[in-house]
Amino acid sequence: MSEILVKNGYVYDPKNGVNGDVMDIAVRDDKIVDVVSPTAKVIDASGKVVMAGGIDIHAHVAGPKVNVGRNMRPEDKLFNTSKRTKMTRSGGGFSVPSVFETGYVYSRMGYTQVNEAAMPPLLARHTHEEMADTPLIDQSAYTLLGNNWLVMEYIKRGEQDKLNAFVAWMLKATKGYCIKLVNPGGSEAWGWGMNCVNVSDPVPYFDVMPSEIISGLAAANETLNLPTSIHVHPNNLGHPGNFQTTLDTIKLLEGVLPRDGKKRDQVINFAHMQFHSYGGNTWKDFETEAQTIADSINKNKNMTVDVGFVTLDETTTMTADGPMEYYLHNTNHLKWANADIELETAAGVVPYIYSPKISVCGIQWAIGLELALLIDDPMQAFITTDHPNAGPFRRYPRIISWLMSNQARLDRLETLHKVVPDRVAIGGISRVLDFYDIAKMTRAGPARALGLGNMKGHLGVGADADVAIFDYNPKTMDPTIDPAGIEKAFTNTAYTIKGGEIVVIDGEVVSKGHKRTIWVDATDGVVDPVILHDIDKKFLRYYSVTMNNYPVQDEYVANGLIVKPEAA
Amino acid sequence: MKKITLRPKDKEYMFLDADNVTPDNFAGKTLDEVRAIEIYEGNRTYALGDYFEVSGETDPDPNEIGILIDGSVPKVKYIGMKMSAGKLLVKGSVGMYVGGWMTGGRIRVNGDAEAYAGIGMEGGELLIEGNAGDYLGATYRGDWRGMKGGKIVVNGNAGSDIGESMVGGEIVVKGNADLQAGIHMGWVSKKKDNPTIVIEGDAESRVGAQMTKGEITVLGKISYWLPGFIYQKDDQIDYDGKQYAVKVYQGDRGEGGKGTLYYAGA
Repeated sequence: MSEILVKNGYVYDPKNGVNGDVMDIAVRDDKIVDVVSPTAKVIDASGKVVMAGGIDIHAHVAGPKVNVGRNMRPEDKLFNTSKRTKMTRSGGGFSVPSVFETGYVYSRMGYTQVNEAAMPPLLARHTHEEMADTPLIDQSAYTLLGNNWLVMEYIKRGEQDKLNAFVAWMLKATKGYCIKLVNPGGSEAWGWGMNCVNVSDPVPYFDVMPSEIISGLAAANETLNLPTSIHVHPNNLGHPGNFQTTLDTIKLLEGVLPRDGKKRDQVINFAHMQFHSYGGNTWKDFETEAQTIADSINKNKNMTVDVGFVTLDETTTMTADGPMEYYLHNTNHLKWANADIELETAAGVVPYIYSPKISVCGIQWAIGLELALLIDDPMQAFITTDHPNAGPFRRYPRIISWLMSNQARLDRLETLHKVVPDRVAIGGISRVLDFYDIAKMTRAGPARALGLGNMKGHLGVGADADVAIFDYNPKTMDPTIDPAGIEKAFTNTAYTIKGGEIVVIDGEVVSKGHKRTIWVDATDGVVDPVILHDIDKKFLRYYSVTMNNYPVQDEYVANGLIVKPEAA
Repeated sequence: MKKITLRPKDKEYMFLDADNVTPDNFAGKTLDEVRAIEIYEGNRTYALGDYFEVSGETDPDPNEIGILIDGSVPKVKYIGMKMSAGKLLVKGSVGMYVGGWMTGGRIRVNGDAEAYAGIGMEGGELLIEGNAGDYLGATYRGDWRGMKGGKIVVNGNAGSDIGESMVGGEIVVKGNADLQAGIHMGWVSKKKDNPTIVIEGDAESRVGAQMTKGEITVLGKISYWLPGFIYQKDDQIDYDGKQYAVKVYQGDRGEGGKGTLYYAGA
C-alpha cells in the first residue's frame, strides 16, 4: 500500500465545485481517498496549483499514419532529440515525436490520459503496439467507422439493428473506445477520386449521404449506450466557407439527447472545430465564422467541441481525410503520403508551416481562440491542437497562456499579417479564462464527454489518483499579465501523479509508470450469427486478411481496462 | 587570435561525433574544460581529452579563437557543426558533416572531406583543399530547405548530389563533380536568393535536375544532359578573371524551372 498526501495546494476541481480552495488531496494506491495514515508521503503543494491529471480528448499519437509522419520527416527530429537517462529512453521529434517522447512530454505537462483520435480498424494492431510503447499515460483509440463499407451498406438498407451489432463487434475487434467519423463518406469517395463536401453529397456506388452516416452511427451509439458519443471530423475540413457544412452537421443532431444523461451530456463531439469555422469564399476573402459556430454550440447543449488551436508552428498534418491532404499538398507542394485502407478508410500526411507572416495562418490562429472564448461553457470546448495537425501538443501551455491573458493575445495579433485584425474578432474579445475554466477544458470536460467523469478528470474520493501540481501561485501571481510564467508552469509540472505513482518531479520523469489502455466492449447480447456471416463474406471477398486474423488479440492491449456500457 | 591545438592521440576508435568542437563552444573555457567537452563514440559519451592532446589558449570571444586539428581525422564527424565565428583548420582529412549548419566563421581542411560537408550551411566559409564527398552543401535527409548561405570551395573533386535543394549561397568545385549537381536547387528560394554552383571541371550527368532557380556554371563537359534544359543563347561570361564563351540554357522545364545553366564545355 502506498499513500501520498498533497498538502495545502490551491485546488481546482470543477466536478466537485472546488475553485482555488486550499485543500489536501489524499491518495491511497491508485485512488483518491478521504484520509491517509500519518506515514503517508507528504508533498507540500502550498503556493501551487493542484488539478486532476489532464485529458487530451483528441490527438494523433499512435498508429500507422503517425508512423508514416515519423518516417517521412527525419528533419522533424533534427536537433529535436533527447538523450537517454537512467529512467527514460532516448527519443525525438518536434511535431511527430517518438512514442516514448510522447509519453514523457505529456506527463511533464501534467497529462495522464491521451486518446488516439483515429485508428484504422485493419491496422488496429499497429496502433495498440505503439500505445503499448507509450509510457506513463493512459490511452484509448477511436475506431474509424465513418467510411466503412458495411456501415454504409447497413445504413443504405435501413438495417439499424445490424449496424448496432457491427459497431459493437468492430469496437471489440479493434479494442477501440468509440465511433470515430472522419469526413464521413468523403474518404471513401476519395477512393473514386471524389469527395463529399456537403452532408448531402452522396457517396459514389454506396449511394448514402454523409448525413445518413452521421445519424445512423449516432443512433447506434445511443442504442448501444456507449460511454462516449460519436466523435466527428465533419466534411469539408479547412476550406473557406465551410462553416455552412458545419451548421448542416450540427442540425442533424439538434435536440437529440444521450440515452444515459447521467454520464455525459453530448451526443456528438466535434473534432478540431477551428478547421470547420471558416467564412469567405476563397483564401483571398477568408475570414472567421467562429461567432456563428459558437452561437450554435451555445444553443445546443447536447454537443461538445475540441478546438484544434493553430499554434503557428511548423508541423505535420495527418488525417484519415484523404482528399483534404491531397488538397493541402497542392497548396504547399510539400511531400505527401496517401493511403487507402481497404474497405475502411483512407489517410494522408503532409508537412505544413503555419507561418505568422501568412494571413490565412494568422486568421486560423485567431479562429481557434475565438471559438474557445465565445463558447460560454468551458465544459463544451476542450483544449486540443488536433496534434499534430494544427500544432504539436507540446504547445498546450502556450495556448493556456493565450486563453488566460488578453494582453498575450493582442501582443501576438500585432505580429501577424496586416489583414488579420480585419478578418477576425479576437481583438475585441476581452474575456480571459481562469484556472477553473482551464481545469474544465482540460480535465472535467473531456472526462465527462468521454463518459469517464466519475473515474477521471476530478479529485473527489474514488477518482483515479491522477494529479498534476503546477508551480504557480494564483494568489500572488497574475496570469493576465504573466503569459510566460503560465507557459513555464504548465510545461513542466512540480509533480505529476499517475495512478497513485509519482511519475514527474520538477519536470523530470522519475518513473516508468503503469499505463492502461481503455477500450469498450458493448457486444453483450448484441452480436448475432447473421452479422458475423455478413462480416465473413466481406473478408472472403474483399479483405487482404481473413476474419480470423483480424481482431486484435488481448495480448496486444497493454494493461487493458474494459469499459462496458451499463443498461440505462 | 588565440590558437588552441587538438592533436589526435594514437587511439583506436570506430567513429567519433564531435559536434562540440567549435570556437563557440570553446569560448570562455579553460583548457581543462575543453578537455572535458563531450564527444560521442556510438551511443557512449567520452571526453574530448580522451582522444586529443589539447594545448594552446582560448578566449572569451569565439571570433578570437582559432582551432587547429593537427592531424588527419577521417573518422571524426560533425567538426565545426553550427559554428558561428572564429577559425578552424584541419591539417589532414575530416569525416562526415564538417561545417554542417555553420552560420559564420571559416573552416579550412587541408585534406579530403567525407560526405555532407557544409550541409545546411547558412553562412561563413568552408574550404576543402582535397576532395569532397557526396551531398556537399546539401540538405538534411527529408528536408526541402538546403544550404541557405555562405561559400564552399573544393579544390579537388566533389561527389554526387552537391547543393541538393540549395536555397542560397555559393559552391565552387575546382575539379569534377559526380551525378546530379544542384538537384532540386532553388525551389524554395526567396526573391533575394540566388543559389550558385560553379564546376570548373566536368560534371557527370543530370546537372540541375528539377532546379527551379539559381545558376550553375560548368566549364568542363557534361556527360549526360537532361532534356528539361532549353538552349537560350550564346554568351560570354567573366569567371575568375578569364573570359569564357558559354551556351546559356534554362531549366529544369520538367518543373517549370527558371534556373540558368552556363555551359562552356561544348
